[in-house]
Amino acid sequence: MAVKTIAGVQVNVSDDGYLEDMNQWNKEIAKEIAKEIGIELTDKHFEVLNYLREKTSAGEALTIRKVGKSGIVDIKELYVLFPKGPLKFSSKIAGIPKPTSCV
Amino acid sequence: METKEIETNSEKREKKPLEKVCIICAKGSLEDVYATLVMANGAVMEGIETNVFFTFFGLDGITKKSMNHLHTATTGNPAMRMPGGLPFPTMLGGLPGVETAVSSMMRKQMEELDMPPVDEFLEMITAGGGTIYACKLAVDMFKLKKEDLSDEVDSIITIGEFYELCDGDRTQIIFT
Repeated sequence: MAVKTIAGVQVNVSDDGYLEDMNQWNKEIAKEIAKEIGIELTDKHFEVLNYLREKTSAGEALTIRKVGKSGIVDIKELYVLFPKGPLKFSSKIAGIPKPTSCV
Repeated sequence: METKEIETNSEKREKKPLEKVCIICAKGSLEDVYATLVMANGAVMEGIETNVFFTFFGLDGITKKSMNHLHTATTGNPAMRMPGGLPFPTMLGGLPGVETAVSSMMRKQMEELDMPPVDEFLEMITAGGGTIYACKLAVDMFKLKKEDLSDEVDSIITIGEFYELCDGDRTQIIFT
């Protein structure tokens, strides 16, 4: 675990750069993490991020299949929003732990 | 002293992440096809270029008629257990309908883990940019046509063409 300053806020992050406490997250932090990955966030991105955060708060395990059935985006669109890391990058930007699912 | 130097060198060595995987599926049982699909989808999700080649009985995994009704062997499968963990008697596995029942039970358990049926799994792989191929020799052998195969199948190719797709020094070929 390490402390990192993102968007002017000190946050605890894992070795992979995932936020340790999802309550430390805000939109500015999301934008900064996204920028590091090379993604410019749009409203659609935030819809997905909010969905991921809601499901995580509810204790549900996330899969791209679940996001694809959320009614927000289908799987193809999810890949367009978060290229090369539909679940990994979106989770990182959403300030939730690294996904543990294999699908 | 010398050992230490080597260690420091290897620590300095640049990480070379995998860029492409080419996965071959030659068997048509539930577990063989799913092993292929999970590995392929996992690679796509990691941003790795993914080619999947279905051949011989593996073609069942991309044939419209059979892909969502794959079976797991209840005879000659020493890893097969009864619910609760007791060994599954081979004699029982040979009775009519047992393999069908066991297989549908397994599919139901996978669904609970959010593992999709085969047709949807193939869609997930192509949605992320993975490509699915069928082996020409096997397609001819089983007298199949392109329209018998899932719409997610890109094309029917020879093994030579498949190897051409496997170029690159950060490519791995996986045979499931």
